[in-house]
Amino acid sequence: MLKSVYNWIDERLDITPMWRDVADHEVPEHVNPAHHFSAFVYCFGGLTFFITVIQILSGMFLTMYYVDDIVNAYKSVDYLQHQVAFGVIVRGMHHWGASLVIVMMFLHTLRVFFTGSYKAPREMNWVVGMSIFFVMLGLGFTGYLLPWDNKAYFATQVGIQIAASVPYLGQYIETFLQGGEIVGAQTLTRFFALHVFFLPGALLALLGGHFFMIRKQGISGPL
Amino acid sequence: MQDHNKEQQSHGKPNKRREMTRRQFLSYTLGGTGGFMMSLPLIANLRFAVDPLLQPKAESDWVKVIDVEKITDTPTAVNFEKNVVDGWYESDKGFGAWISKDASGDVFALSPICKHLGCTVEWEKNVNYPNEYFCPCHAARYTKDGKNLAVAPAPLDEYDVKIENGSVYLSQIKPNTRVE
Repeated sequence: MLKSVYNWIDERLDITPMWRDVADHEVPEHVNPAHHFSAFVYCFGGLTFFITVIQILSGMFLTMYYVDDIVNAYKSVDYLQHQVAFGVIVRGMHHWGASLVIVMMFLHTLRVFFTGSYKAPREMNWVVGMSIFFVMLGLGFTGYLLPWDNKAYFATQVGIQIAASVPYLGQYIETFLQGGEIVGAQTLTRFFALHVFFLPGALLALLGGHFFMIRKQGISGPL
Repeated sequence: MQDHNKEQQSHGKPNKRREMTRRQFLSYTLGGTGGFMMSLPLIANLRFAVDPLLQPKAESDWVKVIDVEKITDTPTAVNFEKNVVDGWYESDKGFGAWISKDASGDVFALSPICKHLGCTVEWEKNVNYPNEYFCPCHAARYTKDGKNLAVAPAPLDEYDVKIENGSVYLSQIKPNTRVE
């Protein structure tokens, strides 16, 4: 059944070469944990992506209940966590995944650094990777405010104060992030928009570039 | 691979045993494991999403709306508020009803929501149709019992009615039980 559906589409659009091009590639011995167990350090990039997929999935489902309004934000989070079936798991995935993605990304960065994989001709991929790192931090920062509890409120207060200490530009950054005079209604909608539209968009574009470059240049050689 | 093929040929019936190829084995085991790993977050997410479908219908409170004495054969409009819990949001939502007595003196209450497209019907709204509910949107008409005469596909819904200490109490809306 599946096979015949695939063949029907393939006859018309010739899709086999497309996914073959993506899927069929050599895994060199030095990055294969089956050959050298220590090669598991090469898995962290893939794990980062795997958790990112889980973050996107669980985040999409969370927005079915969440509202980015200061009156209802906390209540909706409380409701989805305690009243909706599996709410504690879905929010748990997003909560723990958010920390885990930073950990995995950091380990991936360490691997790239200590194997010297950032060197020519892969400097551009290092720069894109660093951009991904900062977008991820931005996602963590904006997502932290959304439950609108005390922890979220004061963490954002402090975060914005730090951003405001940038020389010359600080006060503009502060107003841009806050959306108003105080951390309040306008900050919450702003952070929500950044968290679910702008930053994920930037993240997906950067990930596309990251993966394109690694496929184009191949994985770096053994030490 | 080479030895394996030779062994099969030596038995004299190639392809009869239909042994699994290495590619098949790998795609089943890796696909199975990968599918299992992805299914856990997916199942949790999907159950989370369909939760409203599986929630039991909320029980409605009884709301006192009018004194029994005020009810006549002619439908009377009443408006009342009912506490509605909508997820994390709780509010008093406005409802309307047309209350009247039937031939045997029983009190009944109809919902004013037109069964055509949900506008609000009114008793004798149109002078051309006396003794009927009339909907101003598309001229749907109903009898006093709520039976649909024109346009609407179903009779007007009915409230659960209770009379206590000389007052009429209304609760849930249910399909009309007074007409076929």
